[in-house]
Formats: sequence, structure tokens, C-alpha cells
Amino acid sequence: MTAFDFSILLSGRYHDMLLGGLLLSLQLLLITLALALPLALLIALMRLSENRPLQAIAWTYVEAIRNVPLLAHMLFWYFGAPELLPEDTRAWLYEHNFEALAAIVALTLYAAAYMSEDLRSGIRAIPKVQLEAGRALGFGFLATMRLIILPQALRVTVPPLVSQTLNLWKDTSIATVIGTAELMYQAAKVETATFRSFEPFGFATVAYLTVSLLITGLGLWYQSCFPARAV
Amino acid sequence: MIQFNKVNKWFDKYHALVDIDETITKGEVVVVCGPSGSGKSTLIRTINRLEPIHSGSIHIGGQDIYTDTASVNALRQGIGFVFQQFNLFPHLSALQNCTLAPVRLLGLSKAEAHEQAMALLERVGLAHKAHAHANELSGGQQQRVAIARALAMKPPLMLFDEPTSALDPEMVGEVLQVIKALARDGMTLVVVTHEMGFAREVADRVLFMDHGYVLERATPQAFFNTPQHPRAQQFLSDIRSPFVSS
Amino acid sequence: MTYLEMVDKFGLYFLLGLYPKGPLGGLALTLALASAGLLLALPLGLLLGLGRISPWRALRWPVTALVFVVRGTPLLMVIFWAYFFLPSLTGVRTDRFNTMLIALVVFDAAYLAEIVRAGIQALPKGQVEAARSLGLSYLQAMRLVVLPQALRHMLPSLVNQFVSTIKETSLGYIIGLAEVSFIATQINTLVFVLPTQIYLTLGLTYFILCFGLSRLAFWLERRLSVRAFTAPLEATA
Repeated sequence: MTAFDFSILLSGRYHDMLLGGLLLSLQLLLITLALALPLALLIALMRLSENRPLQAIAWTYVEAIRNVPLLAHMLFWYFGAPELLPEDTRAWLYEHNFEALAAIVALTLYAAAYMSEDLRSGIRAIPKVQLEAGRALGFGFLATMRLIILPQALRVTVPPLVSQTLNLWKDTSIATVIGTAELMYQAAKVETATFRSFEPFGFATVAYLTVSLLITGLGLWYQSCFPARAV
Repeated sequence: MIQFNKVNKWFDKYHALVDIDETITKGEVVVVCGPSGSGKSTLIRTINRLEPIHSGSIHIGGQDIYTDTASVNALRQGIGFVFQQFNLFPHLSALQNCTLAPVRLLGLSKAEAHEQAMALLERVGLAHKAHAHANELSGGQQQRVAIARALAMKPPLMLFDEPTSALDPEMVGEVLQVIKALARDGMTLVVVTHEMGFAREVADRVLFMDHGYVLERATPQAFFNTPQHPRAQQFLSDIRSPFVSS
Repeated sequence: MTYLEMVDKFGLYFLLGLYPKGPLGGLALTLALASAGLLLALPLGLLLGLGRISPWRALRWPVTALVFVVRGTPLLMVIFWAYFFLPSLTGVRTDRFNTMLIALVVFDAAYLAEIVRAGIQALPKGQVEAARSLGLSYLQAMRLVVLPQALRHMLPSLVNQFVSTIKETSLGYIIGLAEVSFIATQINTLVFVLPTQIYLTLGLTYFILCFGLSRLAFWLERRLSVRAFTAPLEATA
């Protein structure tokens, strides 16, 4: 086996490619997180509301998304969905980095489905009497949620949400399949160009593990600062 | 038969057992009592090494249980232990609970173990429930099966860790009957219990513990009628208070 | 071409791949891969799970590290490692199916290890104490008392893991394995004018499969908890 050449990781074209990929992966993660959490909250609240149609829509959303693999979602949004748009919009999209956009749409919907379940469990973990107390004071459903339930529920929900964020981070790698130039894609490209598989994949593995550790660490830090306090 | 020599144990910084020096002779029935947190459960659990000790030594039949025995498993085969929470194996029937260890450890054939187990279940009054599982038995029945399970290994020594504390009052009697029968048969028993009536009837000796110390050791008569140590007196008067059912 | 014409022409291809005139593919391959993957991952996952809670540090630490590394890495990464390195390790060019299978087994075993660990630790401590008090060794207590109970309680989680494995097989697409997502894209390339319908059909296929299985898991969980809470019958002392 030829000797490892880690110099390609430290500088030059391949180094830039890999770092660019890592950067895009991180952007995918952060943008998706910013979009998915509010959506997840909305879905969770819909499922918890007393309104039957809203419940049904939310339930359908969660089940439809979770029972289909992320790869199939990505293929749909990149290849299938644009067909429904007019011709020129489609052309414009394909010229303007549609890969990343389709990836973000797929990732956001996917992550939100899972996170909404965690949020729903977290909210349900708060004793019903808290809601009753809020309503008894005269607050409406949404206000009670906002002021009383959600602040408590958030602390309980942090560990499973950290877990979902970790999954999301790993899931960004699947965007490769539609040509998004994130870390996995770039690592594969470097491999094709240099015929060396260990160095680029080693770099990618370490990058994934490091960010995973950081996310876990942030979660633990948040939990120590804001512990879930039982009544 | 059992000898504690200057035994000490800590849970982190909490001194759970303090300089325990006791001897329990063969055939003796010893009751250990005291307020909660006194260390009585901890004491009994050190005998079969469910809890480790930090200094001192424990000898059973002349052998140090840490250095002289072949293995901790060999030690435990010679000691029967009955838990407060029964701990029957729910995936096995009552009969299977009693045959598991004799077959696997003593090398009994399935038929021999079966026969022995049925005899034991008969002895505790549960032969008709031999094929029932734990979730089909009441607490009192489960505890009696647990006693039969421990007896199946034919141990010379039986330890009981608050055997009736988890039972509804109407079932306490049936379990105590079984233990009394064992005492009458001459087995060496160490029983941690709150049941003072039982202690008075059956015990040869009572050990009173508080905060990790053995504060008083006396015959039941002496202990219940004329307790010496002030804390023992306090304990007995608390138990006998009209607000507590005796 | 209308949708129905497409189904008529490519339906069997979608379900079976090129079989019997060629290798198995499509939905059948997805199911075969997922089943084989989970079945093989189970014993490995069981061993790793036991290693995770082993009282011997020399075993516990490396196993914990291995499980964390595999769980912190995307499955795609594991597949690439298998794809690029297995040939040099075994000296033989591993075919796509086996590469994917090995990647799935390793990946799922790490997740199963955590399910096993949680299942064992959920058992009341009294069970192990009772077993050890009879004189049973650690391994005997595990084998005769702990695992029979823990595995039964783990059944719903195991079915959910199977659902995950089915979804994971889709990544075989990236190494050109002819599982159902890959076949769908092949069909799309041939037909060209019905991408929305094709990918919706793909989604629906996965949905029926996975939703059905997760309902099974839900039903199993209900059945198991009902049994555990059966009240004890009236005592006849």
C-alpha cells in the first residue's frame, strides 16, 4: 500500500475542496435547524390542539415523512417537484444551485417531523394541571403554551432534540446523492481525483465525529445551565 | 457460625457500618431491628457479599468469605437470601424458579430437582400454584415461593431482608408462619424485620442497630421488657405508640 | 406515456429488478437486504450491548468507544469505508450487495447495542441480585434471568430498528446497488416525463412498508405492557 500523503489535506486544491464541503455541510445544518425547529413546534401544537382537522393534518405529515427514507425525499424534491413548476422557473432553479435548496427543503421537512414528536412528548410531560392553571387565570390556549408550558417543556426536550440534531448533522451527507457539494461529495471527488481514499475519507470521518462531539457538548452544557426542574 | 470482626463500611462519606463485632452461632435465630437507615439491611447484605466491606473480616464456618472461599458464587450457594421485594423471576413458573439453581449449580437431574421443588412448595403451602407465574400470585404467595427457591439449594444459613415489609398486612402472617417453621427445624436464621411479635416468639437473640452501630444485643425478653440503651428505649416506645399498629 | 402504461411496462422491474433474467433488484432486494442486515446485526449487537455494560473495564471501554464512533458517523461514510477498503482488506472485489450488507450490519449493530443496553438496564436490580444470591455466576445470571426478560421487552424497539434498516437500504443507491430507489431513478431516466409520479410512487411504497411495520411495533408494545400489569389474583392462603 502506498504511503499516506496527508499533505493534500493541509494545503492546496484538495484541502480547499474539503474545507468548502465542510463549510457547506455546516451551513446546511444551521439553516435546516433554524427552519425545522419552528416548523416542528407548529406541528406539535397542531397535534396537541383540540381541533380534529388540524390534528389529522399534522399526524399525516409526521407519518408520511417519517416512513419514507431521506434519500427518497431528496430525489423527490430535486427531480420530482420541479415538474410541477413552470418551465422558466425550473430552468432558473437548476442554474442557481438548486441542489442545496432541494436538500434544505428535504432536510427541513424530515427533521421537523422527528423533532415535532420530541416536542410533543416534552409538552405532554408537563402535567395537565399546568395548562389548567393557565387557562383558569384567563389565558388562551396559545398564550398558556407560550408563557407557561413551552418554557418548561423546552428543558425536558433538550436531550432528545440534541439527539435529533446529531441525526440531522449526519443526514446532511445524503445530499450528495442530488449533487450538493457538501463534505461527503467533496471527499468522494478528491478520492476520484487523487486515487487516495484514506486521506479524504479520514478527514471527513474526523470532521463528522468532531462536530458530533461539539453538538453533544453544547447539549450537556445547556442542560447544566438550564436543568429541567420537576415540581 | 457467622463471625464479624471489626467490620466497617462506607457509602461514599457516610459510615454505614461501624466496628461491627458479632458472632452468630449455628442454629441460632437472630433478629436485627432498628429505625430506617440504621444499617440493618446493609449488615445482612454483607454476609453474602451483595455489599462489599471496607475493613475488618467476616467468617462463615471458620472461613473468611473474601479470602478463603473458592469463589463468591460458591459462597452464595451455601446461603439462602430472601428479599423484601421477593424478586421472583417473572419469565419462569414458581416451580421453575425453584429448580433453576439446583439443576444448574448442584447438578441435580431435572426429575430430582422437580421432586425436591414440589416438596418445598408443599412445605410453604403452594404446591397447587407450582405452574403459576409471578404475575398470577399475590405478594404473600410470591414471598413464600421465594423462600422455597432459597431452600432448594439446601443452605445451612438463611438470611431474610425485611421479608414482610412489602406485603399487605393480611399476608404478613402466612409468610411469618413459614419462617417460624424453619426456626423450629433448627436452621440458622438472620432476619431483619419490624415484626416485634415474631421476634418475641421465635428469636434467640435480638440485635438493635442505629446509625451503623450495634447498640444492644439481648434475648427478646430482656430487650422488649427492659431495653438498656436510650435509643433502643426510644425506638420501642415509638413502635408501641398508640398511633402505630403493632 | 401515461402513468398506468408506465406501471404496466416497469412494474415488475420496480418490484423485482432484473430477476429472473438477472440479479434480484427493486423492492425485493430492499427487503432481502434489510432482513439479512438486521438478522446478522442482532448477534453482533447483543455482544456489543453486553460489552457496553460489562464489569470488566478492558472490555467496556473499547466497546463503548467503537459504538460511539460508529453512531457518530453518517451511514454513508461507513458505506464508503466498506466500499473502498474491503477489497484491499479481503483481497477480493466485494460485490455491491455484500458491501452494503457489511456496512448495514456494522452500523445497525452499534444501534442495537444501545437498545440491548437500555433493555438490560431497565430490568429491576433485584433480578440480578436474586440470581447472584442463588450462586449463579454473572454470565449464568445474564443468560438465564436477565436476557430472557430484556429481549422480550425490547421487541418493539427491534421492530422499529427494522423499519430504520429498510430506510437505510436506500443508501445503496450511491454505490449503484439496484435497490428500489435506484430502480426508480433508472425508470425515470427511461421514461423522463413522469418524475413527480415516479418519486411519489417510490415514497408511497416505502410508506406502506414502514408504516405497516411501525403499527406492528405499536401493537406489540401495547400487548407487552398489558401483560406486565396484570393484577395478581386473589390469594388463597
